[in-house]
Amino acid sequence: MQFFVQFWDKFCFWLWRLGGLSRMLAQALKYTVVNPPRRSTILKQMFEIGVMSLPVVLITGAFTGMVLAVQSYYQFHKITMDTAVGIIVGLSMTNELGPVLTAVMIAGRVGAAMAAELGTMKVTEQIDALHALGVDPVQYLIVPRFIASVALVPILTVFSIFVGIVGGYIIGVELKGINATFFLKNMLDYTRPADLFSGLIKTVVFAVIVCIVSCYEGFHAEGGAEGVGKATTEAVVSSAITILIADFFLSIVLL
Amino acid sequence: MIEIQDVYKTFNGVPVLKGLNLTIRDGETMVIIGRSGCGKSVLLKHMIGLLKPDAGRILVDGVDIAALGPRELMEIRKKFGMLFQGAALFDSMTVAENVGFALYEHTRMTDQEIRERVTLYLSMVGMEGIEDKKPAELSGGMRKRVGLARAIAIGPQIILYDEPTTGIDPIMGDIINDLILKMRDTLSVSGCAVTHDMTSAYKIADRIAMMYDGRIVQIGSPDEIKNSTNPIVRQFISGSSKGPIKILDD
Repeated sequence: MQFFVQFWDKFCFWLWRLGGLSRMLAQALKYTVVNPPRRSTILKQMFEIGVMSLPVVLITGAFTGMVLAVQSYYQFHKITMDTAVGIIVGLSMTNELGPVLTAVMIAGRVGAAMAAELGTMKVTEQIDALHALGVDPVQYLIVPRFIASVALVPILTVFSIFVGIVGGYIIGVELKGINATFFLKNMLDYTRPADLFSGLIKTVVFAVIVCIVSCYEGFHAEGGAEGVGKATTEAVVSSAITILIADFFLSIVLL
Repeated sequence: MIEIQDVYKTFNGVPVLKGLNLTIRDGETMVIIGRSGCGKSVLLKHMIGLLKPDAGRILVDGVDIAALGPRELMEIRKKFGMLFQGAALFDSMTVAENVGFALYEHTRMTDQEIRERVTLYLSMVGMEGIEDKKPAELSGGMRKRVGLARAIAIGPQIILYDEPTTGIDPIMGDIINDLILKMRDTLSVSGCAVTHDMTSAYKIADRIAMMYDGRIVQIGSPDEIKNSTNPIVRQFISGSSKGPIKILDD
């Protein structure tokens, strides 16, 4: 009986959180359309989210593409299908690994920063101060982050996909000696524009998830430094898990 | 005028406000005293709509703010300035950006006009020349004064002070007290301060309300409170550990 009571409490809490997240998303969408923030605040967030994340995204993308090429080469080499490495690298990077790994890295770097910054503002009453000054914190704090995330995570993903493919090419062609023409031809034959398009649709959804989940956790931080730490951890973990679950359902819908 | 009528508030099953009634008249400075954790700051946050009561009404110039939607609440908050306990300055902004924040958000003033107003408000609190500093570079007393400059920049009719002298030395506390009186006299604003600093309370209050066990147990002028025969008030103002106030409830 105790188990069911605890389960029910957790289920209710989960529903309550889901409601809060949905409400925050609805407010962010409304303000984005009806009353967008100043360009300067959006540009500041774009710099933080886009420019500052670029190195980590490029490193992740490049090494993912290279690992993919190494692993697939050893398997395909056994059945003398070396040129299929290009297909695997191209398809995986555009459709799956590029979008998902970029989003997870963004959750770790940007999501954590959002949750920590907003959490600190919450526990030091700065968010209350915004209310007291007649400014809606969702409009002032979340909407610029939301717009910057949705605009720049897809661009970061394109960079990640590109360097991943270049990395795979270097490993496959330059290191393992796969014929460059076949590598590229096979990759282009089997990687359709629709694959890139579906990958980019995923990244938009992932960007929304990272931004809203992280901002929500920051806004609900309580209890000083410990609370901010918990909110930051929760933001990264919840974002990453939600990204993976969303990826599964999006893959079914988009393929 | 703020009228708090029969307000109840509970947090996680613990009642904090239990049918509290209080009226703050136009132009007066009301000081609410009471033990730490008795709900004074909670009451203050109800007045500005940062918290909603479980039951009861909070009337600001006759409008029940507990029943307002978010947009109307944002408008009514422009009547208030609030000095937070830790000043709550935006640490990503400079002092000038903090003080001018409300002007940037709610007016069509040019940057130059806002800069001039910021300098004026900072000079009112004796803090001119620090416009480009970040809050992290300021002492506790300086932060409070900048917080006060930010609170008055919005042109409020009512200023709320949450523990204005807590965490600063007595001399700086007296400077803050003088500033609160100056705000009342020069800007003709009403004020409501919550504190447990009796020196501050006696100096700045037109009336003092003693809060205990979720209710107001006595309201009166500073002299009436000093000479109160209420045993709860007497124990609190004398700072005695013996008396009717429950000590072990923390």
